[in-house]
Amino acid sequence: MINKDSKVLLEVKDLHATVDGVEILKGVNLTIRAGEVHAIMGVNGSGKSTFSKVLAGHPDYTVTAGTAQFEGKDLFTLEPEARARAGLFLAFQYPVEIPGVSNSALLRLAYNTLQEECGQEELDPLEFDDLLQEKIKIVEMDPAFLSRSVNEGFSGGEKKRNEILQMAVLDPKLAILDETDSGLDIDALRIVANGVNKLRTADNAVVMVTHYQRLLNYIVPDYVHVMSGGSIVKTGDKELALELEARGYDWLKAA
Amino acid sequence: MLTREQSFEQMLLGKTIKPEGWLGNLRLNAQSSAKALSFPSERHDDWRLTDLSALLQHSFAPVDSYAALTQEDIAPFTIAGTIRLVFVDGCYALDLSDVSQANDAIVVGALTERLGDPSVEKDFARLAGVEADAFSALNTSNFDDGAWVQVSGEVSAPIHILNIATQRETPTAIYPRALVVMQANSRATLIEDYAGVGEGVRFSNAVTEIVLHDHAQLQHIRVQRETSKAFHFGHCTVESGKGSVYTSTALAFGGRVSRHSLHVTLAGEGAESTLNGLALIAGRQIADTHTLIDHAMPRCTSNQLHKCIADGASHAIFSGKIMVREGASATDSEQSSRNLLLSGKAHIDTQPQLEIFNDDVSCKHGATIGEIDADSLFFLKSRGLTEERARNLLTHAFAAEIIEKIPVQSLVSSLSKTILDERMKAGV
Repeated sequence: MINKDSKVLLEVKDLHATVDGVEILKGVNLTIRAGEVHAIMGVNGSGKSTFSKVLAGHPDYTVTAGTAQFEGKDLFTLEPEARARAGLFLAFQYPVEIPGVSNSALLRLAYNTLQEECGQEELDPLEFDDLLQEKIKIVEMDPAFLSRSVNEGFSGGEKKRNEILQMAVLDPKLAILDETDSGLDIDALRIVANGVNKLRTADNAVVMVTHYQRLLNYIVPDYVHVMSGGSIVKTGDKELALELEARGYDWLKAA
Repeated sequence: MLTREQSFEQMLLGKTIKPEGWLGNLRLNAQSSAKALSFPSERHDDWRLTDLSALLQHSFAPVDSYAALTQEDIAPFTIAGTIRLVFVDGCYALDLSDVSQANDAIVVGALTERLGDPSVEKDFARLAGVEADAFSALNTSNFDDGAWVQVSGEVSAPIHILNIATQRETPTAIYPRALVVMQANSRATLIEDYAGVGEGVRFSNAVTEIVLHDHAQLQHIRVQRETSKAFHFGHCTVESGKGSVYTSTALAFGGRVSRHSLHVTLAGEGAESTLNGLALIAGRQIADTHTLIDHAMPRCTSNQLHKCIADGASHAIFSGKIMVREGASATDSEQSSRNLLLSGKAHIDTQPQLEIFNDDVSCKHGATIGEIDADSLFFLKSRGLTEERARNLLTHAFAAEIIEKIPVQSLVSSLSKTILDERMKAGV
């Protein structure tokens, strides 16, 4: 939903970033307002996953130039946890398994950390369980997954659903979904996409990083950006995604 | 600083032995054995990695008076629903003990009340290795009292032997002792627990002997949660009979310097043993674990998982030997040592050892040392957890694999909570 008067959540200007001394991002510019859905598309190695990790603060990446303002705050001065507390969320391309930490315990710890941040009461396990029972409906998850260790022994689809459950609990202002559609069968894709759609409001925004147009049938973007060679080379609406599907990416290669 | 010999001699001769009766003779023999053995030298293979200089700063004297504790004092350590024997500085505390959960398949009490009982005399000091182990000999010479547990059938309430050390003006040496006899086909859960009140300097030198007769099953939990200035040496020997099942879960959290040696002899055909271990230490703590699993008979199995987690400038040591004797055919043994280093100044030594005198065996062993996984840490931080909380959670998760093997849920919960809270408070 595009509303030119709505608040700017994220403003990225001329972002350059390196990993192991190799420059991957070479001048990314992007503005995201509340209520919008953006898709960032591109081939492997175009820099789209790097972009999402840099925004979330992954320690392997070094920002060498440019700025990112998140609701007016300089994102790059914040630790990853402070970015999360400010309302930024990254759904991981490869969700991490954490044996020995139960899903519900992690969700409660994360939720209460955010509650503490905004001066709200923490929830005890029973109160939190009530909240959680509501949230798991959003991703149609079996409650049995709550007592299991985070992602341990989960299928690919279950892991991705679990990421969206975390998003549902943390209620971020800006959610970046890094290839959340990869490895999903059509049913799982529908469930994940429905979950994301239920969480959309006029006050938050979603960025989908993906190879494929398929996801965009379910979560319809307001903007489609094509990344190539470390920068955004073309921006359009949902029609651009269909065009990419038909023509491939070659015609858009960065100079 | 004292020399090893001086330190040992002080402890040994600080106690007067009445040369009377069966026990008097036993003590005198142990005393002369201790004198002959003395403190193992720093070149001794089993001791060379353990820095004992902190221990040798102090002169330890035996306790000369009984310290009265209240139920309130011991409340942080009690476990509901257990058969509880409490020892304060090595002396039996009848008023703090509670054996109301005992059924007719168990006899429990103080060793000194059982002098003259042939079943005590038959096994007492038989396994402890008084002739070979200086600290076992010292304990046998100097102990005040101990726990006597004899199980003849199925006992569902866990047996909690709670050893509490108290605050004294000068450093004290205390000698917890236990003898556990599991008769044929019996089943029980034993929790051997070492804790303290007040932050005094003390040296607990504990000896535990466990006999499993044929087809007996014992779940043995050992919790070493001594206070930060305490020193703790514990020596446990287990003799497993035919078809018996012995499961040990030994946790070392406390103490300035601690050592736990566990010797399991699979002495009957088809005996099964599982040894789970965890040392979780920080600051300048040293925790040393030495285990020996001796496959003496055919078709026995042993399965061991030991974990060390070292933070600060601490030093964790694991030395685990699997011995397979000549006649022990169809032995099946697996040993794994997994370790987590939380700080650049911490140190972990792991020494898995196999000694096999037999061709018909299956023995696997492996060891790993790693740090906190960077991807997991980033994931947790991206969910809003501080670095400290995220590291605590991952550390706890690594420890939880061992702690959760304890079959007493209330103890699992309280230990887990302590670990998470304590580490958060300490900010390590």
